[in-house]
Amino acid sequence: MRDTLTGSRIRERRQISGLRQAELARQVGISASYLNLIEHNRRRIGGKLLVDIAAALAVEPSVLTQGIEATLISALREAAADAVGQKAEVDGLDEFAGRFPGWAGVLAQMHSRVVSLERTVETLADRLTHDPQIAASMHEVLSTAAAIRSTAAILAEPGEIGAEWRDRFHKNLHQDAERLAESSKALVAYLDDSESADDKSGIPLEEAEAFFAGQGHHFPEIEQGQDAGQISLDDLDSGAAKTVAREMLAVYAADAAAMPLDQLRDALAGQEVDPLKLAARFSVDLPTVLRRLAFLPKDLLPQPAGLAICDASGSVLFYKPVPGFALPRHGEACPLWPLFTALNRPLVPLRKRITQLGRTIAEFECYAIAWPQAVTGFDADPVYRSVMLVLPTESALPARSDASEVGTSCRICPRNQCETRREPSILSEGF
Amino acid sequence: MSRKVLLIEDEPNITEAIRFLLTREGWQVETHAEGTDAVQVILAAEPDLVILDVMLPGKSGMDVLRDLREHENMARLPVLMLTARGQSRDREMAENAGVSRFMTKPFSNSEVLTAVRDLHAQASQS
Repeated sequence: MRDTLTGSRIRERRQISGLRQAELARQVGISASYLNLIEHNRRRIGGKLLVDIAAALAVEPSVLTQGIEATLISALREAAADAVGQKAEVDGLDEFAGRFPGWAGVLAQMHSRVVSLERTVETLADRLTHDPQIAASMHEVLSTAAAIRSTAAILAEPGEIGAEWRDRFHKNLHQDAERLAESSKALVAYLDDSESADDKSGIPLEEAEAFFAGQGHHFPEIEQGQDAGQISLDDLDSGAAKTVAREMLAVYAADAAAMPLDQLRDALAGQEVDPLKLAARFSVDLPTVLRRLAFLPKDLLPQPAGLAICDASGSVLFYKPVPGFALPRHGEACPLWPLFTALNRPLVPLRKRITQLGRTIAEFECYAIAWPQAVTGFDADPVYRSVMLVLPTESALPARSDASEVGTSCRICPRNQCETRREPSILSEGF
Repeated sequence: MSRKVLLIEDEPNITEAIRFLLTREGWQVETHAEGTDAVQVILAAEPDLVILDVMLPGKSGMDVLRDLREHENMARLPVLMLTARGQSRDREMAENAGVSRFMTKPFSNSEVLTAVRDLHAQASQS
């Protein structure tokens, strides 16, 4: 109980003031043994005695009685839950925060920073591994460095080399130094640009997704019947991104026509989201429902909804994030996501409670289904795609024991005992 | 008879430095900068050793090596592979393709010379 910690705060303040227990007791007219009981939270305190003690300690009474901020307690709980190899005394958390609010604040702040840095590492690790522009730039830098190292070593060798070779190597060194400077600058500029809000990475899918995100994943014009082809794509840089966005908009328009907003409003009013019931009500397939739910305005679906679509190779074709739900941008995702397991059982709708590991733990209700993209002819192998709707669960609810654990990708996943692990996690090495 | 090395690398200044080093060691050095026809060039040149870059225009060094190993009498030709990617999976991929030695950029001249000497000595003994 928070209000029983007043004694702990009195003790802490007294020690900060350098007062002995007997001295403070004398000042406020009580025995040292009674103050000792108060300080160990074995006696309640209030009224005039509290005011007198506060005055003797030169603090406001509220400083001694004020409960610890709920956010601090919550942050400490998260820090305890994320701790690896160290079990925190969660039962004594209130007491710790009450007696040492400064240290508790520092711990909460450090944990928040670790979470933030993990996210940065996750993003950068993914980009450094798979971003084609970074890979090309790094190759350029390393190749130039190799040429410089080799040439410089030849010139630094004792003994003479022919004047013609020497001049040629000097010229090469100069050329390579210029190249290295330019390629390094370009790489830094690219990484710097990536941090900006207007990030345009040059990868068509990311550009198209950024366009959708910029529109809040909702297009009122299309909802009102406007042709998707008339939506301006001038904000997109590349033709490839425009093509991808155009295809996405066409799907959006078809879904919107099949499940009009006004009818959806009635269907969702006061109802728990049930994709199968919606599919039956609108006579549409489940992929249509899952996509449509992810693109609704907040007045229809107040909770955030994430979406991922992939093809049979596991390549993510569209990704709409929600807080805590992270899929690698360039492949190598955790194969345990229902998005991928659905591909094992095409046309079977999956509903699964998922706990995503790797940072502050997040829990989601996931709906997924794989469906044949098109029938191309008799005896032709079907080409499947899979779609997954991701709905965060109420954070106040306790974690469900039947929730399946998944990661983002092996490299940053703390779940070591995993039959699908492809490579060791850098987190297991003490990140 | 002169020992011949074929250097397949699209960075001209790396090519120049390695050519200088190996020529000084008594090697006859031929060069090529394309991946597309690299296998044909190797077959025609009949070198004692190949130094092969991974990132080549037209066709990757990995694919060149895989195709090369499928040719008769090319299973044991020493191939030293140069790459800017030194991750374990790249090394594993190169080993599966049949590489003799794998070296990451930026390398030192002594590393290249030692590798070439070792590979040639091993090939001569077998």
